[in-house]
Amino acid sequence: MSEIPKEEYIEKCTTACAGCTSSLALRYVLKAAGPDTVLVVPACCTSILQGAYPKTAFSVPVYNIAFAAAAACASGMSEAFLSMGKKTNVIVYAGDGGTVDIGIQALSGALERGTDFLYICYDNEAYGNTGMQRSGATPAGARTTTTPGGKTDAKKDLDRIIAAHNIPYQATATPAYPKDLYEKVKTALATPGPSFLHILIPCPPGWRISSDMSVTVGKMAVKTGSFVLWERKYGELTISSPSKTAMKRRAPLRDYLSVQGRFKGISDKAVNELEQAIEKNITQLTKEEAGEC
Amino acid sequence: MLMVATGNKAVAAAVKDAKPSVVAAYPITPQSEVVEKIAEYVVSGEMQARYIPVESEHSAMTACIGASVTGVRTFTATSSHGLLYMHEMLHWAAGARLPIVMANINRSLGPGWNVWAEHTDAYSQRDSGWLQFFVADVQEAYDTTLMAFRIAENTGILLPVMVNLDGFLLSHIIQSLDTVDPGDYLPPMELPHAIDTANPAGYGTLTGPQDHFRFRWEIERAMRNAPAVIREAEDEFFKRFGRKYGPTDEYLCEDADVLILSLGTLGREAEVSVDILRKEGIKAGSMRVRWFRPFPELNFGDRELVVIDRGYSFGFGGVLADSIRSRYHDASIYSVIAGLGGQEVTYDDIAGFVRDRKMGEEFWFGVDA
Repeated sequence: MSEIPKEEYIEKCTTACAGCTSSLALRYVLKAAGPDTVLVVPACCTSILQGAYPKTAFSVPVYNIAFAAAAACASGMSEAFLSMGKKTNVIVYAGDGGTVDIGIQALSGALERGTDFLYICYDNEAYGNTGMQRSGATPAGARTTTTPGGKTDAKKDLDRIIAAHNIPYQATATPAYPKDLYEKVKTALATPGPSFLHILIPCPPGWRISSDMSVTVGKMAVKTGSFVLWERKYGELTISSPSKTAMKRRAPLRDYLSVQGRFKGISDKAVNELEQAIEKNITQLTKEEAGEC
Repeated sequence: MLMVATGNKAVAAAVKDAKPSVVAAYPITPQSEVVEKIAEYVVSGEMQARYIPVESEHSAMTACIGASVTGVRTFTATSSHGLLYMHEMLHWAAGARLPIVMANINRSLGPGWNVWAEHTDAYSQRDSGWLQFFVADVQEAYDTTLMAFRIAENTGILLPVMVNLDGFLLSHIIQSLDTVDPGDYLPPMELPHAIDTANPAGYGTLTGPQDHFRFRWEIERAMRNAPAVIREAEDEFFKRFGRKYGPTDEYLCEDADVLILSLGTLGREAEVSVDILRKEGIKAGSMRVRWFRPFPELNFGDRELVVIDRGYSFGFGGVLADSIRSRYHDASIYSVIAGLGGQEVTYDDIAGFVRDRKMGEEFWFGVDA
């Protein structure tokens, strides 16, 4: 285990919300990536929290691009750096809306073409930047400003969509487990070709949790099996140790849901469906790790 | 080097000679031959560019944006629905001040599906901050594409440039072509705001009301610089390679009583019409407009103008006619809408427009009697 460097690439006084775990995740991402890095950011919370022109809170170049366009922009950038013989890291840092919804075509194209980049989806399970409307990544039962009665559809299975592209490296992470996240970014950047990281981002205003709870809720997501940490290198899946431990005796899902205001009034049927989805996901991942599928 | 080529292949040859580092493109009829030819050049090693076969035109323009901001020369080509699918990113390219060059093979828009020539695609992007040229023959397609890189990359401009060719009528027409070695006519691209990890900055960050309008004004300032830069590029091209270009291509205009104004291949037809009309004693001339953005200063005095538009602004009028009307309030214009969706317009038809002109009126060819 390497030590997480002390260098900071996100300066103080960003305009992030209190308790923003996306900022926390990006802090570790940039520590792992180092200064020879360009961030490509579509419309999302990160396009705001970096600060307003002419200032920037980040000490790496940030290229802001239109909502649907991040992966394609990174593709062009990565190819241009290759044409110059540069090894600069190209990292897309995109929210769930820009990834699972509007940006998925460009993402799929860039992965299929073998673009040498790291695409990170930081997933707060809604359109956080515009006031918490539902996204394809919003889980069933969650209330958002466009699903005031609770979302009736299940969360889109982003990871298996990405897996179908057979890319060299893919992983899940959350800043509640920073060393795990840091190591995965390191591995992703050391792997040639496309890498993908799905980071769960508990969001105090969106999830209706107090800002001092965001890291705790991230741990609860893992402990309940709602979000499983794993990595897949060249097709070989390994469930990461925090999730390995959690699976031995999973915390009750109700504990995770009840601390979040967005699940207030969730029906027993919806909870049941979430339970079933967790079971199914864990079974599939366990089988895959054991080489049974 | 002398050869024969289609308009599409002429564009591809010009791109090869301009030596871009990145080409990102998606095929669409009638543009496909451009990107197929470039792909061939890359595979054969005749071109050193990285070729990105993107999944959509939106991504084609975006990949060019991502590449261009690192400071390298980029190119793409499209047509019709492809151009409109890029629309969002066309604004982004101009707003980000990136000297991307694109060939647009003019084609109509659906429905119904129609792959033939029309200028509606380019007209609908006229306010995106791109420079736009319309060309009329294979040689001009090659020459203008080469010049486009020099103009776009001029540090007084730094705006993207679109070279428009009529679908099939030029994209697929075979004519003679003389290619050149551009040498230092195209110096290496230098982008003052290229991404540099040693000097990190935020690009396209949140920009408030106190700043945004300044960036818009800077685009317009570059547009106002553009005529001098384009003229310099055209003059230098003439000096080095012997072919002369300007804001308009004029044929027998000096002593004409009536001028035919048009864009693209219609201008070549109009020259034959002028010969026919002159034999009948009608002193006509053809003034083909090459620059569409920035729109050039036109000098036609108080002569009558027959303005042919291969496109339309619904609820308003022919776009070229209206551009002239809004600049020259007293212009006497007969606005002809002709050639939409590849509708055949011959030199005889154009001579007819001039003979039957009704100044101040609009005429839809094939619809109005």
